[in-house]
Amino acid sequence: MDNLDQLVKQGLEAADNAQTIQELDQVRVDFLGKKGLITQQLKTLGKLSSEERPKAGALINKAKEQVQSVIVEKKQGLEQQQLNAKLESEAVDVTLPGRSQDLGGLHPVTRTMQRIEQFFSQSGYSVEVGPEIEDDYHNFEALNIPGHHPARAMHDTFYFNANSLLRTHTSPVQIRTMEIGKPPFRMICPGRVYRCDSDQTHTPMFHQVEGLLVEENVSFADLKSTIEEFLRVFFEKDLKVRFRPSYFPFTEPSAEVDIEWGEDAEGNTKWLEVMGCGMVHPKVFEASGVDAEKYSGFAFGLGVERLAMLRYGVNDLRLFFENDLRFLNQFK
Amino acid sequence: MKFSEQWLREWVNPDINTEDLVSQITMAGLEVDGVELVAGEFVGVVVGEVLSTEKHPDADKLSVCQVSAGDETFQVVCGAPNVRAGLKVPFATIGAVLPGNFKIKKAKLRGVESQGMLCAEAELGMSESSDGLMELPADVLVGQDFRECMNLNDRMIEVDLTPNRSDCLSIAGLAREVGVLNKVLVTQPKINAVVPSIKDTFAINVDVPACCPRYIGRVIRGVNVNAETPLWMKEKLRRSGLRSIDPVVDVTNYILLEFGQPMHAFDLDKLSGSINVRMATDNEKITLLDGQEVELRSNTLVIADETRALAIAGVMGGESSAVSDNTTDIFLECAFFEPVSIAGKARSYGLHTDSSHRFERGVDYKLQSEMIERATELLLGIVGGDAGPVSEKVSTADLPSRELVELRYARVESLLGLKVEKTEIEEILTRLGLLIEKLTKDGWLIKVPSYRFDISIEADLIEEVGRIYGYNNLPVTTPVGSLVLKPSDESITPIADIQNHLVTLGYQEAITYSFVDPELQQKLDPENEGIALANPISADLSVMRTSLWTGLLKALVYNQNRQQDRVRLFETGLRFVKKGDDIDQSPMLAGVVSGSRLPENWTGGSDSIDFFDVKADLESLFARLGTGFEFRKSSLPALHPGQTAEIVKNGEIIGYLGALHPEIHKSLNLNGSVYLFELCLNQIVKGNVPQCKEFSKFPEVRRDLAIIVNKDIQFNDVRTAIIEKAGDFLIDLKVFDVYQGQGVEPGMKSLAIGVTWQHVERTLNDDEITQTFNDIIDVLKDRFGAILRS
Repeated sequence: MDNLDQLVKQGLEAADNAQTIQELDQVRVDFLGKKGLITQQLKTLGKLSSEERPKAGALINKAKEQVQSVIVEKKQGLEQQQLNAKLESEAVDVTLPGRSQDLGGLHPVTRTMQRIEQFFSQSGYSVEVGPEIEDDYHNFEALNIPGHHPARAMHDTFYFNANSLLRTHTSPVQIRTMEIGKPPFRMICPGRVYRCDSDQTHTPMFHQVEGLLVEENVSFADLKSTIEEFLRVFFEKDLKVRFRPSYFPFTEPSAEVDIEWGEDAEGNTKWLEVMGCGMVHPKVFEASGVDAEKYSGFAFGLGVERLAMLRYGVNDLRLFFENDLRFLNQFK
Repeated sequence: MKFSEQWLREWVNPDINTEDLVSQITMAGLEVDGVELVAGEFVGVVVGEVLSTEKHPDADKLSVCQVSAGDETFQVVCGAPNVRAGLKVPFATIGAVLPGNFKIKKAKLRGVESQGMLCAEAELGMSESSDGLMELPADVLVGQDFRECMNLNDRMIEVDLTPNRSDCLSIAGLAREVGVLNKVLVTQPKINAVVPSIKDTFAINVDVPACCPRYIGRVIRGVNVNAETPLWMKEKLRRSGLRSIDPVVDVTNYILLEFGQPMHAFDLDKLSGSINVRMATDNEKITLLDGQEVELRSNTLVIADETRALAIAGVMGGESSAVSDNTTDIFLECAFFEPVSIAGKARSYGLHTDSSHRFERGVDYKLQSEMIERATELLLGIVGGDAGPVSEKVSTADLPSRELVELRYARVESLLGLKVEKTEIEEILTRLGLLIEKLTKDGWLIKVPSYRFDISIEADLIEEVGRIYGYNNLPVTTPVGSLVLKPSDESITPIADIQNHLVTLGYQEAITYSFVDPELQQKLDPENEGIALANPISADLSVMRTSLWTGLLKALVYNQNRQQDRVRLFETGLRFVKKGDDIDQSPMLAGVVSGSRLPENWTGGSDSIDFFDVKADLESLFARLGTGFEFRKSSLPALHPGQTAEIVKNGEIIGYLGALHPEIHKSLNLNGSVYLFELCLNQIVKGNVPQCKEFSKFPEVRRDLAIIVNKDIQFNDVRTAIIEKAGDFLIDLKVFDVYQGQGVEPGMKSLAIGVTWQHVERTLNDDEITQTFNDIIDVLKDRFGAILRS
């Protein structure tokens, strides 16, 4: 049995010397396999007496276990080495940019309109649309702006012919909505409007969001809260808001809404006009078939570009329609 | 309207400063647009008198003057052409500081000492430019501080009045409003009737009393139109934005500013027979005061004599009957024209005057008798002469009727949300000059004064109550109406989702004008004529778009010209197409794509985009929108004939995709390939609400085949043929290789197609698949002459 110790020593040495899992496996086969050197020792047991045999058998098994445990240990080590090597070889420069399409973006006007729509949708307003080539009746007459009304001069209308024009505001959608429906109404209409005017502070096309609420017992006080809430939510801050008497033929009383926006050179509060609003004029109700004794309502019109300019710090209105990617790309 | 604060304060002088006054009237609905000083800021300027002048020894254009500043006399060198002995002028003494921090020091001009400067208006910030010294009236006190003498510590306030408030288009009206707001008394100048000193009159005929309910005239003889308008009047005009012309025009302008009554003076010698207020005849011509000749229309009211039109009523006088330097006798007109008959007329002739502005909004119809007296009195004081008696033609029935308007107490609360005492409402109404004619069961019957043209219904009165109470003092409540929320249709994809999908695919949203360049549009869409604007802003924005491509291509050109070589834009919006007498205004979704497939990157990928990149973007979008989208070979004038697909859904063409036609590409000087798509939004948004189905747990079977067919055979046809034969258990069909080139005969192409089957309830057996597969091969051979590739 001197031989056994020798074999164990050899086996341990071989296992230790193995550089790869394959080599180690060969060591296992050579020593512990069916025909392995240590396994072969079991055959010598036959030559021993029945008293010696169990003792010798136990020794051989112990020798096998001894080698086996070293091989297992060694294998774990080699596997770990292998994994480490693989991981190292697979390492990348994580600071290199990814490979894909750039993200596009929404136009700031759309982004602003979506923000407005979101607020009013949450308050139960539906979103309506209307034609942009309008007739004189819906754009003017039904809104209490008859043919020679001085307010028409303020509108700088684009005409196709005497009766057909590009809508100068989104207000005709109020009429169209009330004509085909029954009160109560809560609706907004975002969309393009057109005025024949083009300079630094006017573009011949721009966007408005019209709003209309018609229910029983609606008052100017309700209008005030709606507008104040909207402005607070839109700008995400408590702005000072003021309602200034104004004039629109389709509302009475009418107001313009100013918000506090910074200070002028002398340190006085600067007020910026952001929208017009008022209580729906009885003649508008009459034209739309709504009983003005039973229902009352308010309407408002927001200038989308103005709000977008304030919110996103755009200082030139004309940028909105040049579609310069260097401008648009800033709105992701 | 621009006015002088001091002038206003002569009428009503509340104890508030300019800033508070401005904010107060703004918040009452008379929006102040701007406040300016009436003169520049300067000190040390006094009234000086030129005692003598002599020529400068070394300069032709300079004079050496002795100028009195009251106590002392100074030598001043002056270059103004109008300097002369006896003239009183603003005199900037040594130590004076003029606008722009210009300090006056002792100086030598060409060797002669000058102790101060004689000033022109422009140098004192009182006008844009001057052509000589400012000449002061002979009666001003020499040595007096010039600012004090001229009352220059005044401001010009510009109010932007809404069209309903014609009653505030005058000092009188503004004063009335300020009086109401501050509960302060308003004092107006005393108006004295001028006793006629001659008997001359001039006949007045009014043909159309409905348009001209009141016409008052008066003859004044022996006037000196070359007299000087007094400085105080000139200054008031200047501070209201009007230039002094001659005393007659100045007085009529003064009345217009003071009381809001436009007036006109004719040269009596140039009138023949009588004044006739009548409608113009078509094509009747008149040369207006501004020198332009206009052709009148029969809807226009004119003031005529027996031979011709003299003026467009309420708008502008004519040149031929105008007062000139030689005029000695005048006919003064003071009328009330009915607003609707004047409204829009000035604009229809391209005119806008202070007179038309007031008449079309409404002038106090009770004012005329007083105004002709006020004007006569002022005029005689300047130009002298003798006034004849006043002639008046009035049609009482045609004067505006002021119906009584009922105001119900309960309605004030329901419309304003304001609980307010009856007495407070009554007090506000009374202050405004709205007379409580009668108490009713529910409230009041109100008589509206002649100067208010904006109050005819109850809501108008409620607005007045709210306005004077203060909009910002009104309560704030939340609308409480119960509302049934409408269900939203889940099968319809919101446009915002579509926009966001394209954004994720790398598209930037653009917004282009709805009116476009007709020339480019004609090339892109020759079949549809763009609807033309009658009054476009410019020729290249003159027709409505029939496709969004016109605007998007311009945006592409714009960006390529600014070194943007990768452009992926989309837009949503209406396009406008004539359909018989109707106009189809449908929302579209369109895109333009150019440049590399992916942004330049270290992994490569600088390949230019092709048809299939853009098609993939649309397929990705369609996958979100539902099923049934199909691409078919097609043609369109805007697109490359070999790379055009129409997109079909439910048998209807709903859009196009393709490469821009090379000819148009070239004419626009574009770089790189350009792909375009356009889809009808209404037809793509409608899809289905997903319905969950049982899915198979049995294995899939896939068979691949490679065929060679003519290169013109469309894959879609091959696909249709395979689907016909593939049976019910087909679950997928894909083309995984398309090849032309070596190994494939010219004119032919090789298609490699994978077909996959799966049964819901069992495993498919080999025989049935082989049978189906053979059927497919047969149909491809029959229909397309396909050769099976080994």
